This record gives sequence, C-alpha cells and structure tokens, in this order.
Amino acid sequence: MSYVPNPRPAGDFRTTYKDDNRLFKTHFETRSALVLLAVVIVAAPFIGNYWLTQLILIGIYAIAAIGLNILVGTTGQISLGHAAFFGFGAFASAWLANSFGVPVLIAMPAAAVLTTAVGMIFGVPAARIKGLYLAIATLASQFILTDFFSRADWFSGGVYGALAERPSIFGFAFDSDLRYFYLVMFWLVVTAVAVTNLLRSRDGRAFVAVRDHYLSAEVMGVNLTKYRILSFGISSFFAGLAGALFGHYLEYVSVEGFTILLSIQFLAMIIIGGLGSVYGAILGAAFILLLPQVMESLTTMAAYVFPAMESGKSYVKQMSIGAAIILFLIFEPEGLIHRWQQIRASWKLFPFSR
Amino acid sequence: MTEPTKMLDVTDISLRFGGVKALTDISFHVDEGEIFSLIGPNGAGKTSMLNCISGRYKPQEGSILFDGKDLLSRSINDRAKIGIGRTFQNLALFSHMSVIDNILVGRHHMMKNNFLTGMLYWVGGAQKEEAAARAEIEDIIDFLEIQHVRNEPAGSLSYGLRKRVELARAIAIKPKLILLDEPMAGMNLEEKEDMARYIIELNEQYGITVVMIEHDMGVVVDISHRVAVLDFGQKIAEGLPEEVVEDEQVKTAYLGIDDFSMDDEKEVG
Repeated sequence: MSYVPNPRPAGDFRTTYKDDNRLFKTHFETRSALVLLAVVIVAAPFIGNYWLTQLILIGIYAIAAIGLNILVGTTGQISLGHAAFFGFGAFASAWLANSFGVPVLIAMPAAAVLTTAVGMIFGVPAARIKGLYLAIATLASQFILTDFFSRADWFSGGVYGALAERPSIFGFAFDSDLRYFYLVMFWLVVTAVAVTNLLRSRDGRAFVAVRDHYLSAEVMGVNLTKYRILSFGISSFFAGLAGALFGHYLEYVSVEGFTILLSIQFLAMIIIGGLGSVYGAILGAAFILLLPQVMESLTTMAAYVFPAMESGKSYVKQMSIGAAIILFLIFEPEGLIHRWQQIRASWKLFPFSR
Repeated sequence: MTEPTKMLDVTDISLRFGGVKALTDISFHVDEGEIFSLIGPNGAGKTSMLNCISGRYKPQEGSILFDGKDLLSRSINDRAKIGIGRTFQNLALFSHMSVIDNILVGRHHMMKNNFLTGMLYWVGGAQKEEAAARAEIEDIIDFLEIQHVRNEPAGSLSYGLRKRVELARAIAIKPKLILLDEPMAGMNLEEKEDMARYIIELNEQYGITVVMIEHDMGVVVDISHRVAVLDFGQKIAEGLPEEVVEDEQVKTAYLGIDDFSMDDEKEVG
C-alpha cells in the first residue's frame, strides 16, 4: 500500500477519540456519500429499465465482492469458490421460501446464515494452509457445491433449478425492478456500513493483523485458527445474502449461473476496486459489470467507421476487455479506490499539487 | 528488600530440530521486577529460548513456569492473555496498518467487542470501547514519543521508529513480563540511549519484568540486573553483569580460543 497523506483539510480537527474513528475520513466524504445515496434513490424511477437492471446487478455483485474482500483483502486469504457460496445463498433462500413457506424477506438473511455455516466448514482447511495451496482447496468447494446443486433435488431442484418468487411484505410486493432496486440498495448500504464498522473495531483489526504478520498477530493474542475461519464465515454470509438477492431477482435459480468464471470475476472486482477497501469493492463491481457494455458500444461505433470490422466485432470486444483489465492493473495496481485517494490528496493541496 | 518472587522459572529446557540440538538443559529464573539479559554469540540459541517462552517453539523436554503457572501447555495467543509480551528481532509490525492500529492490536485480548457488536458499532458498545482503548494507548504513545507518526502506516517509518512502535505494541498487552529480542540492533548511539531509557522506565515505572537479548555489551552491563550467557545451546554462565563479562568461559565463547592457540593454528595452516 503506498503512502496516502492525511486527507483532512486544514482546520478540520478531531477533538475526541470517538470523532477520530468516524465512518468516513473527512466531512466532505460523509456529505458526498449521503448526497450520492440521495441522488441514486431519487433518480432511480427516471433512469429506465436498462440502467435499473444494471444498478441492481451492480448492487448485488458489490455485496458479494465486499464479502470476498473481507477474506482476500483484509485477512489475506484466497477463495476460488466464492461463486459457489453465492449460489448456495440463492438456492438456500429459494429452498426456505418454497419448502417451508418462510417469507422471502426473512429467507434471504436466513439463507445468508446457512451459507455462513457452509463457508466456515469449507474454511477449515484455511486454518492450516495458505496461498496457492489454499486456492486449490477452495477450488474444491467450488466443485463440490456445484455438484451438490445439480444432484440434490430436494434442495435445489437438481438440473431443473428452483423457482424463486419476488419478496413481499404486508401486501407490498417487490415485483417491479424499481422496488427491487430499493431492496438491493438497502442491503448494500447495510453491508457497506457493517463491514466498515467491522474494520474499525477489534475483530477487523485482528483480520488485518493476521494478513500483515500472522506470527506476531498470534503473539499479540489473536487466535489464528478462529479468525481465519471466521473470515471465511463472514465472507460467505455476504456471498449468501447477495446470492439470495440475485435468485429472487431473476425469479429462477439454475446451477449454470455459479461457475468458477464468476468466482474469478469476483476476485477481479476486488483487485480492480482495491484490495481491502469496502468502497473499492463497489467500484470494482461496477467496473467489471459495465466494462463489457462500454466496450460493446465502442466496438459498435468503431464498426461504423471501419465496416471491415463488422464481422470480428465480438472478438475485438473480448480482447479490449482483457486489454483494459491488464492496462488497469499495470497503471493502477492498487485499484480504483487508490485513484480516488490521490484525487482527494491533490484537492487538499490545490493549487500546490502538481 | 523482601525475598523476590520468581516471575519466570525455566527448568532443564531442551529443544531439538531433527538431529540438531538448539538448546540443551537450560535452566534459569527471572525474578519479578528484574531486567534480565540473555547474551551469547550468534547462533547460541538466545532467540530459540525466547521463542520457547513466547510459544513459537515447543521444547521437547523441561518446563517453564510463569507466575507459578505451567506455560508450555498454553497456546501462543493465550500467553498474551496471561501477561507475556514480546518484540521481534526482525521487525514484525503490521506494516499496512497505522501506528495506532498496530498498538491497538496489543489491546486485542482485553477488548470485549466481537464481529457482531463490531458491525453494529453504535449499539453494542463497540464505539465506547474503541474510544476508551484509544485513550489508554495514547499514554503509551506519549511514553515512547511517537505522537508525530500516530496515523502513518507502520511500514513507512524509519527503522528506529518501527522498533519503538513494536515496543509500544508489546506494552499495550499490559504484560507482566516483556521479552525483547535485540531491541537496539541496528540503531545509532542516540537511538540506543533512548531505547535504554525506555526499557529502564518501563521496568521501573510500569513495573514490567524484562527479559532482553542484546549484543551491545555496554548496554547490557549498564541496565541489566542479571545476565545469562548461552553458547552452542548451553548455558555457560549466569550472574551479575560485571561478573559475567569477566568470566573466562564467556570470554572464550565471544573471542574464540585464546590468542596463543590461534597463532598455533595459523602456523599449522
């Protein structure tokens, strides 16, 4: 992590320790986060169905990415099975709603709790192994769970998949995209605030300590086994929650949606967004989801100019997505959030910056 | 002065790595309120001994009592709880965390909030506890004079400052016994003097018992109450610092065999 100077402008003093631990580093950030949230909420009815769908998906993926970030960015472990936990949440929520008649709004967090338990079981190897070996061990969770989905008819409906109805409460159904969008926003805000809180309290610090130097963390009294498995649990909780939101959004859950490709996309989101940063994970989710569409329109435009490109358009699109990610990693290896921190620092010093 | 109580009682510790005997039948004790130094040439087993006390290594034989309680059956993270803090020879800070957060990790075992109350922050009492912990560690920051780097990431600090932050983190555990592995290695004279002052102060003001590994003989003789000398995994001397440095065996261990035989070897070679 490179050096980021104290972002607070001159004159913005913190006079109590409580104040020093605020959710956001500067008042400007607090205000802009609130304004942004208000704008999104107010503007949502007017942006059209296409963008609404995009925002819902970004929100759902962002919740899962924030969860994965606890595991990878904060605790320094790795998981190639995050999509499987995401899928488990989707199936579990549909299962609870269909088989037991649990109201969907309650089934979603309940499914997340079930996913936590599953995640902690698959996280047990993490107590012993690290790095690439752990990556392979979590790969097993990906395959075991997807296999389970396609075989366990009682749970997931097997190869046919499961129906997942939209939630409703007291006759108010989240049946339109707009209403569902507000539901996703609610959980996204809850997730972001909860994880930010976690990172500024005891257990969040313990996670970072385990990542930075596990030997000395242990000497400081941090129980390594407990925290390694716990981070799998918390990460799976948010994966399960996001999965449940995903399933009930599409109203149908199928095994094919949760391949290892999605697991790797989750990893790409947090790496591009910025490892260890909650807001970076949101930016990363938006980046990964929107990049193909930006590239799509760019190549379509290019095809107008160079008609010869028309037939190879889709290949050019795929290649430019890859190129964009590689360029990004070369020029901003610390993620989108670091770019923001630099902008913030340069504002603070303006006009003396650069 | 009343009869001192034994804080740490090490009896017949032997540690083997495969066929290599790192420590052989080491016994010593450290009294409450003492500054006790472990010295010896490189590879003598000093850090291995410290690792046995802090739990990194598990000796095959012998016993270690801390405050009358058996230490070897406890897990490493448990030993922080019962009051053992340590610093490392090669810096072992959490380099991406700020200095404050580094020190707060030392408070880990004293804090109550868990991941759930942490996530709720405002309602479960986590906020209050965090602020209280901050206020407490601020004393340690003042004591070690690292106010100016509070918010810097620990990895960006200079070597001398990092050593101080490590000491601060160990003090934050509120230990009864602190293990310092070469606290002055790689420091200039001024930094060494500062560090010596901190060690004496934390011993006298905070009442923390100190076990220290140090190569700088001047410092060892000046500040330690008692010294034990290790060589090739065996204890060759123990006693007051002035006596120990005059010990023939110790001189041999440090300087090699005496000058005459060195000359002899030269002639042969």
